[in-house]
Amino acid sequence: MSNDEYKKLYEGLSPGSPGYKNIPFAFLTGGGLCALAQLIKNLWLGTGLEETAASAMTSVSMIGLGVLLTALGLFGKIARVAGAGTLVPITGFANSISSAALEFKSEGFITGTCVKMFTIAGPVLVFGISASVLYGLILYFLL
Amino acid sequence: MRKGSVYYFENAPRVRSYSSCVGKKEGEGPLGDCFDIVGEDDRFGEETWEKAESAMVMTSVHGAVSKAGLEMGDIGCLLGGDLLNQCVSTSYAVREMGVRFLGLYGACSTMAESLILGASLINGGLESKVICTASSHFCSAERQYRYPLEYGGQRTPTAQWTATASGSVLLSEKGGKAAVTRAMAGRIYDPGVTDSANMGAAMALAAYETISGYFMDTGEKPRDYDLIVTGDLAQVGRDIVLSMAGEQGLELSGVYEDCGIMLYDRDRQDVHAGGSGCGCSAAVLCGHILPGLEKGLYKRVLFCGTGALLSPVITSQGESIPGICHLVCLEAL
Repeated sequence: MSNDEYKKLYEGLSPGSPGYKNIPFAFLTGGGLCALAQLIKNLWLGTGLEETAASAMTSVSMIGLGVLLTALGLFGKIARVAGAGTLVPITGFANSISSAALEFKSEGFITGTCVKMFTIAGPVLVFGISASVLYGLILYFLL
Repeated sequence: MRKGSVYYFENAPRVRSYSSCVGKKEGEGPLGDCFDIVGEDDRFGEETWEKAESAMVMTSVHGAVSKAGLEMGDIGCLLGGDLLNQCVSTSYAVREMGVRFLGLYGACSTMAESLILGASLINGGLESKVICTASSHFCSAERQYRYPLEYGGQRTPTAQWTATASGSVLLSEKGGKAAVTRAMAGRIYDPGVTDSANMGAAMALAAYETISGYFMDTGEKPRDYDLIVTGDLAQVGRDIVLSMAGEQGLELSGVYEDCGIMLYDRDRQDVHAGGSGCGCSAAVLCGHILPGLEKGLYKRVLFCGTGALLSPVITSQGESIPGICHLVCLEAL
């Protein structure tokens, strides 16, 4: 049996991800998190913060919530159902760093937690920081 | 003696005793009552997952030795391994035992590999008592092969759940109600599967080739056996083997099972396609198959350990996943 024939065989026998279930759950949980963030932002605005400061504090709050749920061992359980609904918002970013930080603490604070905490979030940081530097340069020199 | 690719052990090394130690989830599965020790949690009183896995290895090895009424000093050699880099969970478990040690790596086929080599040492008269062991731990495997435990990712339905389990078998010249009578060391087959979340597909070709090669060399039929069991092909790999066998006229259905499907209740335990890991086949062997041979449930069993010989580094480099399958014939006496 050639590799192509074998590929046809195993692909036919390998069930795909259940999109009919995953996509609506991601929509509902992702939307729910955004609604929660809006509620938190309104609360921050209610304390008298400016719009930009309230937005920043909302991000901080959602990151704090993501880290807290990760530390309590609840994030993974929710994400198993929510999928992209928890992964894509900033809560997923917080989880990717805090879960690695927790996981590798057994190898020491510096050589474990500090070295490994960006193993998943690393690409997000690389592209995020690179894009912001590029944007800053364009803004400075061209506009 | 070797005929074709099949080794025949004329002196039929005996399975004198065996022991299994599993985690909480495995204890809640359909075979939960069959295991000697089920952990209350998966830490086994240790601070790290690697040490927890070592503790499981120690428990199952000492369990097998004490069930035979022996002491570690009576054991000639211990053969075994696990999934961790440099096979540390086994070697750290063995370091206090003072026994001669041959560390093995056959990925999830390690239990079958250790049985073949252990039986060879006894059959050739070099040793009179050996321990064959294999283990895996979900948490130590996850952090090495995949993501941190608390990372919120979603798995595909073809992914498998690494068993938290260890099994040890004491082989000896005499004693015991079952024996290792034949074996077949597998060849590596790589059908080009690159998805590490579909290891059943990567290993199934090797399993089919080993099983069909065994029947070709011996001239026997699957119905000459009460059970033909693969190590951890899970649902996808099992379906592939059955499909290939069906096409070639090899009648496996009715006699063929997979340890990765037997160990868990897939509907209830969220293990996706089924179990995997060295400990999966080792624990099912020591918890279900060997007791079945002793109690007369089975007369002849083909135990086929399957392994995906990958590492996260090499799959990141775009390499496909080679599979292997070692076969051991176990018979009730």
